[in-house]
Amino acid sequence: MKVVRDIVKGAVSLLVGMGVTIKAFVSPTVTVQYPRQTLSISPKFRGHTKLVADEKNPDKTRCIVCGMCERNCPSHSIKKVEGEKKEGEKTKTVTEYILNFTTCSQCGICVETCPVDALAFSSDYNPAGYRREDFYYDLVKEFEKRRKSE
Amino acid sequence: MERLTDIIALVGEETVRAIAGLIGVLIVVVVNAILLTWAERKVAGHMQRRIGPKEVGPYGLIQPFADTFKLLAKELLVPKDVAKPLYHLAPILIFIPVLVSFIVIPFDAQLQVKDINMGILVILAFSSLSVFSILIAGWGSHNKYSLIGAVRSVAQNIAYEIPLLLSLLAVIFMANSFSLKDIVEAQKGLWFVFYQPIAFLIFFVAGVAETNRTPFDLPEAESELVAGFHTEYSSMQFALFFLAEYTNIFIVSAIATTFFLGGYSGPVLPGIIWFFVKTYGLVFVILWFRWTFPRVRFDQLLNFSWKILIPLSFINLLVTGGILKI
Repeated sequence: MKVVRDIVKGAVSLLVGMGVTIKAFVSPTVTVQYPRQTLSISPKFRGHTKLVADEKNPDKTRCIVCGMCERNCPSHSIKKVEGEKKEGEKTKTVTEYILNFTTCSQCGICVETCPVDALAFSSDYNPAGYRREDFYYDLVKEFEKRRKSE
Repeated sequence: MERLTDIIALVGEETVRAIAGLIGVLIVVVVNAILLTWAERKVAGHMQRRIGPKEVGPYGLIQPFADTFKLLAKELLVPKDVAKPLYHLAPILIFIPVLVSFIVIPFDAQLQVKDINMGILVILAFSSLSVFSILIAGWGSHNKYSLIGAVRSVAQNIAYEIPLLLSLLAVIFMANSFSLKDIVEAQKGLWFVFYQPIAFLIFFVAGVAETNRTPFDLPEAESELVAGFHTEYSSMQFALFFLAEYTNIFIVSAIATTFFLGGYSGPVLPGIIWFFVKTYGLVFVILWFRWTFPRVRFDQLLNFSWKILIPLSFINLLVTGGILKI
């Protein structure tokens, strides 16, 4: 009797398994054909940081070159924040902002400490390069490039 | 046209029939293998909710041709220390019985190379030769994985040959003939699968085991034995093993169709379409098995055959014989 019970139990479990695979067979595939299709990036995605444009003057960033981000960075990834005081403006304008993305861990302390909210995470999810130096980003240049493409 | 009849008269109708049959069989074998390599990957993909091959041609349909050209272009590598005659003989030997089996399969009422009155015995006799070539391949390869795979294959095939024969015997009792065509004609009323559901199940399980398909793929268990008996084969020799495997799947499904599902009989559509629809339905089930079930352990494999399938098929045969006698 035990044999019969085993056979019936086994047969039922086999049918259940086949049910699982046939369900997967007829349900739509979940593969995204990556280079041709891309998923939309979550708005909370943390790419490298980027400079945010000023609302009143979109050609300028909000950065006032206070250096808070540079001082607070736990991995010393923000190498150089340089700026100059232009005629007739109250604040300094950033001219160079070097981010060493190879050591950045996207912790977001720079974004949080910025007093004027000049930093934000970009949605650049697939940076690639041949050399380490390819990941020393100049965020000012990146901002200008982004501005031009808009 | 006159010329053609002259030629037929000269060489004899039988010879022409044999040659035409051979060409037809070769076409079926090659097209089937091409279709199945594609279908297997496509089914595998969709069962894992992937897409499967899609780059070469529409829906990846040209993929098998690309694979074939790759295999043809590869070097025929012969490892050191192999038993050369055996090593080279095995891939050819595995392919011949496969071709012979096609002679007696009735694709349609008129479409059969030769209706032998002992048809099913021809298929069974020749298909049991394939285990011999697997043994030769494993023995000649001078490789422990190949040898283990081959030895497993022998034990497995001996164990599953018996329930396979016994389950078919029950149908032969009912049809009162060994000829495949007579068996199909005997199913004009109701298919034998409804009279013999247990025999059908036993035959299908044993058939899957005979073709070394998952869950009974111990001879080529890739997670334990690299590739089993064909580990040392490359290029076209490897392709021949694969051609034989896919053709064996087709043959098992074709026999199941002929014996249990009414063969070429069916309403409206021509017989040959019914035959292929039924056969490829069963082929799909075999592919479905592969992507559902894990491999059985070796003791489970043999216990299942000797302790369950063989007694069950004997009981089935006795009951069938008893009922027919009354």
